[in-house]
Parts: sequence; C-alpha cells; structure tokens
Amino acid sequence: MPIEVLMPALSPTMESGKLAKWLKAEGDKVKSGDVIAEIETDKATMEVEAVDEGVLGKILIKDGTEDVAVNTPIAIILEEGEDASAAAAPAPKAKADKADKDEEPAAEERAEENAPPDAPEKGPGPDVAPSAVATPPKPVIEPDPEVPEGTEMVKLTVREALRDAMAEEMRRDGDIFLMGEEVAEYQGAYKVSQGLLDEFGAKRVIDTPITEHGFTGVGVGAALAGLKPIVEFMTWNFAMQAMDQIINSAAKTLYMSGGQMGCPIVFRGPNGAAARVAAQHSQDFTAWYSQVPGLKVIAPYTAADFKGLLKAAIRDPNPIIFLENEILYGQHFEVPKLDDFVLPIGKARIARSGSDVTIVSFSIGMSYALKAAEELAGQGIDAEVIDLRTIRPMDIETVIESVKKTNRCVTVEEGWPQSGVGSEIVAQLMEKAFDHLDAPVLRVTGKDVPMPYAANLEKLALPSVAEVIEAVKAVTYRG
Amino acid sequence: MAAAAKAKNAKVPTEPGVSNSIAAFSKDEEVAAFRDMLNIRRFEEKAGQLYGMGLIGGFCHLYIGQEAVVVGMTMAQKDGDQLVTSYRDHGHMLAAGMDPKGVMAELTGRSGGYSRGKGGSMHMFSREKNFFGGHGIVGAQVSIGTGLAFANKYKENGQVAVTYFGDGAANQGQVYESFNMAKLWKLPVIYVVENNRYGMGTSYTRASSTTDFSQRGRSFDIPGEQVDGMDVRAVRSAAERAFEHARTEGPYILEMQTYRYRGHSMSDPAKYRSKEEVQKMRDEHDPIEQVRKRLLENKWAEEDDLNKIDKDIRAVVNAAAEFATNDPEPDPSELWTDVYV
Repeated sequence: MPIEVLMPALSPTMESGKLAKWLKAEGDKVKSGDVIAEIETDKATMEVEAVDEGVLGKILIKDGTEDVAVNTPIAIILEEGEDASAAAAPAPKAKADKADKDEEPAAEERAEENAPPDAPEKGPGPDVAPSAVATPPKPVIEPDPEVPEGTEMVKLTVREALRDAMAEEMRRDGDIFLMGEEVAEYQGAYKVSQGLLDEFGAKRVIDTPITEHGFTGVGVGAALAGLKPIVEFMTWNFAMQAMDQIINSAAKTLYMSGGQMGCPIVFRGPNGAAARVAAQHSQDFTAWYSQVPGLKVIAPYTAADFKGLLKAAIRDPNPIIFLENEILYGQHFEVPKLDDFVLPIGKARIARSGSDVTIVSFSIGMSYALKAAEELAGQGIDAEVIDLRTIRPMDIETVIESVKKTNRCVTVEEGWPQSGVGSEIVAQLMEKAFDHLDAPVLRVTGKDVPMPYAANLEKLALPSVAEVIEAVKAVTYRG
Repeated sequence: MAAAAKAKNAKVPTEPGVSNSIAAFSKDEEVAAFRDMLNIRRFEEKAGQLYGMGLIGGFCHLYIGQEAVVVGMTMAQKDGDQLVTSYRDHGHMLAAGMDPKGVMAELTGRSGGYSRGKGGSMHMFSREKNFFGGHGIVGAQVSIGTGLAFANKYKENGQVAVTYFGDGAANQGQVYESFNMAKLWKLPVIYVVENNRYGMGTSYTRASSTTDFSQRGRSFDIPGEQVDGMDVRAVRSAAERAFEHARTEGPYILEMQTYRYRGHSMSDPAKYRSKEEVQKMRDEHDPIEQVRKRLLENKWAEEDDLNKIDKDIRAVVNAAAEFATNDPEPDPSELWTDVYV
C-alpha cells in the first residue's frame, strides 16, 4: 500500500515550514533512517528521515515551497512493485509560489483530513470542564485524638520529643531508617538522634558524608523502592543543595507516575534563625516548601505537637517537610504520656481562646504571638492565638472560624514578607472571609533583608513581641 | 574517530583479573538481540513520526543508534533487578518488558499511558517491571538509582540497581556524591554511562576534562571498563562482569561507547556534527546491522526470516501507535488525582 509522507512538526511550536530541499528523487529507493528532505522551521534547518521502506513514488510538494502546514502529505512511498498511479493521494495543491495565498487554507484543510480522527487540537483545549478544574478534592482531617482524663503529663524538651517519636516509630516498623550528617556516632549535630544508634544499630542509623544532594537522592530512591527514610538535614539551609531532589523527584514522582510510585519520606531538621550565625545559616524556608503540591509541610511549636506530628509524618505515605527550630530544641513542654500519641497532619490548634483579634502563627513565631497575647490581655485586648502546626495542607477553616468571631487578624512568622505564609493567609481571608473583616489583615514578619550578624541588627531583623502588639492595636483600632 | 575504534584501545583491562573478553552469541541469543533492538528502533521511528504529526508534544528524545546498550545489559540482568534512567527512556522501557501501547499512549498524553497521560515521554514508570523512571533532570537518576541499591542492600534481596546516564550527566556533582556513598556502603549498583558523544549539542571532548568515563570512579576505587556499546555481544559480556561484581562486591562502572543518530530531541537540527560522521556510524557500526550480518553469515537466518521479524515488529508498533492515537485523553478529574497518596 502506498504510504504518505507527511510534513512533520519538528519543534514543540512548529505549525508550518519551508520544504527546503529534496535529497531523494522520484524513483529512488529509500529505507528507514534515510534522510529524504530538509525542512526549514522557524528556528533551524532539519532533516526528515524516512520511516518506511520502499521507493519514493511521487513528490507532492516541490523544493522551495514555503509555509507547508504540518501534516500536509509531501510525498508518496511505494512498496516494491507498486505503481505511482496506484497512489490514491489527492493531487498536491500547495504551490511553490508563496504569493498564491488562496491555496494556503486548502493545504491546511487537507492536513486536518489526514490527521488521525482523534488528533488533539494544538494548544489548550476548551473541552476541560471548568467545574472539574475548580474543585480540588478536600481531604477530611480528623480532629486531635482525645487525651484520656488522668493521663500523666511529662515535661519533655522538643529535642527529647523528636527523639522519642523517631524511636517509637522505628520500633514499630523495620523499614524506617534515619540518615544524615552526624546522626549516628556523634548522636546528632543538635543531639536530636541521641541514643538511636545504640538502640537500632548502624544499619538503621546512618552517618552520611557531607553530601546533601546525593544523600537526598539516595533517600528518595530508597523510598521509591519501598523503604521509609527519615533524612535529617543538619540545617534546612543545607537542603538548598538538595532542592532538586526534594521538589522534582520526591514531590512530583507520584503524580508523574500516574499514582504508581509514592515517595514515603520525611525530611527534617532545624529551620529558621538560630542565634548569631548570620545570613547563610538563618533562613525560614516554610513559605518556599509550602508552595509545592505533593509535599506536606509541618512546623510545630510545642513538644507534644512535635512528637505527635513527627510520628504522623513518618507514617504518612507522602514526602514530608518537617521543620524544627534550634531555639526550641531545648524548651520544655508538657507531653501526654501515652503509648502511641499521634496527631493529625493538616489541623491547626487553638493555643489560646479570645474574642477581640486572631493571631495566626506557627513554629517559633508562636512564642511572639503568645507573649503578645498575654501582654495584650493586661491591656484589655483578648486575643485568640492559632498555631497552624501544618502549613501545607493549611487548616484555613480554623482561621476563618476564628476571624468570624474576632473580625480582625494578624499573622506572625520569622520568614520574609513577600509571598510568605502570612501573605497566603491574607489572600485566603480576602477570598473567603472578606465580609467578616473589620480591618485589613496585618503581617508581622522577618525584615526583608538577609540576616545580619551584629547582635543589635539581628534583633531588629526578627519579629518582636512589640511588633505583634503594635499590629494588634492597629487592627483593633486601639491607640 | 569511531566509537568502536576507541573501544579497541580500551581493551586493556582496567582492573587486575578482569578480562574484557567478548563471548559469542548462540543463534537464539542473536535472534533475540536482533528482535529486541529492532523493536526499539521501529518504536522510536514511529514515535518520531507521531511527533511530526503533532500527536506527541514537548520534548521527545529518541534512542535510535543506542539500542545495543540497553538490550545487552538486559540480557545479563536477573528478575527483580531495577532499572532507572534519564529522559531518553523509551528503549529502556521496552527492554524492561513494558507494553509498547502503554508507552506510546503516554507519549501522546492519553489515559492508557503508563502515567495516565500525566508524565509524558520523560516521566514514565512501572513498578511491575521494576522500571523506576524516566527522569527529566540531568543526573538526578544517579543518586536515585544509588538509593534503589541502598534499599536492595537494606532488604538483602540480592537485586542490582542498573543506573543509566549520559556523558553529559557524568559531569554532574551528585554523580560523584553517589559514587562515594555507593563504594562506602558497597551498594549493588551498576552505573552505565551511555557515552553517545554529545551532551545535547556539546561534544564530550569539549565538556569533559577527562573523557574515559569508565575511570570516573577511580578516586572512589570503583572499577570500570569501556565497552563498544554498538556491539551487543560486548555489552552483554561486560554486563555479566558488572552484575557479578555488583552482587558480590559493590558498584561498577560501564562506559558504553555509543552514538545517537537523531538529534538530542526532536527539535535539535544537530548542526554540531557532520552528516558524514553520522552516516559513517550508521554504515559501519549499526548495532542491528551487525547482528543481521552475523545471522546471515552463519546461516542462522534467511533474509526472509529477518524481514518477517521486522514485519511482526512493525505490526506491534503500528498497533501501539493506533492505540495511542485513538485512546482518549485523561478525564479532567485526573488533574487532581495522584498529588498525594
């Protein structure tokens, strides 16, 4: 059967091109791989290879023809013994003369006729139902589990809570392992993994070389293969070396594989400013990661939340960004003494009830928020303080419910202002709670500068309790 | 200089006790290699054609010319061994036994594709066939493949992770981070450097300070050898040595000296090399022609037998193209699925 050779698209954007030169003549034998013609696209001259074998029976579009639409038949290849007259192809209409504009639509029309019946249209199709696009499914998130009355509360540091969470989960499941710099023999750069090597051995608590990009990829590969790695970054600042593996590999593979390859992995370590370590070691990455679909981002404040949420993160089948804070590591909080204390990812916690204003924060930002609320109480302003705990998926409903009551909102974070977590909350409140607001929402953030080293400047660069109080007074119109 | 000529210079063993000998193929092996390589070639030619028709969009990197590498490697691997590669991945998927229909339908972005139309040419996976992608970022698969090997060692399952990357990726930092960990932890991994001589438009000689990629593991004491990647028998023999080493000792590097006939991607006019260079490679070193010639010379097959194989393959490839053309696009609701488990 005669085979039509079609004008090929040779770039993602090409719609037509010039048939510059035929390299085979009618009657020439061709086999697959032979270059038969040259085509000029908008960018370059490209070669056209034959895919089929036979004899070049007829050239339908002559050398030098411009604006040949993609998918126009340009030649006929005949099988051995066939006659060119057997070709039932339509007579070529495209002309070498570019001025003959009348013929152009005809060539395009034919291209469409020759396209397979279900060929997709170029460009974004209008057939995507808008309703389907507008409605991402909403996950149902269970509330925090009840802590039974009479449960003993123990004082733990955040550091101990994290260690206990990992140890408990590693006892439950042999597929969980911890890897990172200094996590094993050194017992953790910040002593978070203290004792884990002794209990679980070198197979499951693994010191890595200083190789963030590499060991993050190794962790991702191990997770794709079915293990459940906990990858510790000595600080999240160093994870920038591994950003590609976190975003392009961990977060996207499930989607790109049509659901086949999940990546159950926890990336954890201290985030944000420590003290006097300057710009390269003091940065809050919460907003960065919170932008990425496929990741869940957790940034707790209390030891109980650190414990319950890290256990949940390790069990979660998705890649998790678990943001700790060096300043918080040594702080004590009460943690319920339960065999298996697991908290829901994606649920905010009302840390303090109030009626005059809603202060929303997370991680160490909570310490400013809570201190400000205390001082404000003394001045007759009753603030409600919400700890987001999880930044993605964000529990905006809890914030909205609070704003419906207080009609005012202030966000607090150590990160930079532009496109920050606060910006996201402001936007969502505009969209979903505009009618409930009696004042513009204000953001208290880190200053829009790299972190300075000098003690006085560092203090100025971070948010302060005074700034939170000032913002609250502004939104409540109290002088 | 032809890759094969270079390979001859590399016949000196790079590791004491390792012989770079090439075992001959039996008739059945020759036929199987012929069929598997031709299957990839015909599939890729068809993919190029569908791209030309606008049915495949975006980037599309064809494997034509390099078929002997993945086919020879696969001949030496065992069930359960994993495979991971870059975006030039169609050949690897077919060699892994994935269904051409599902691969082609992914290329056309249809619901019957391996990733249900959400991955495309560069991002395809099959848990069933132990194919871990299809990675679009140059070099990313090298540390991921090392992670697969880490999991094998952790689970003590005896499997090897075969990790393919190109001469371009061989200069990425994470490759060496991975080499270090692989050797440090004795991970069962084979690094297959497919040196097709061009990282996109840049000749490897213009991009690499040292061009013997088999020796790139030397600082980590990882053995390696250069292989004539156009000769499927040489590939299989080298692969057998590599698998043996990987299963018992740890990482191994194979530099496959190969060549891609087509441009880097469909939109690459390949002006950085001469037509003569490409033609010479096709005429003198084509991996499929080499096998065809041996089959005929040994009278293990007649022209007709080989044409019949070709015809059967074309029928399968055409059926895949037909399916990929008529299969529906993914349902709009698919937009929201598979973001989270």
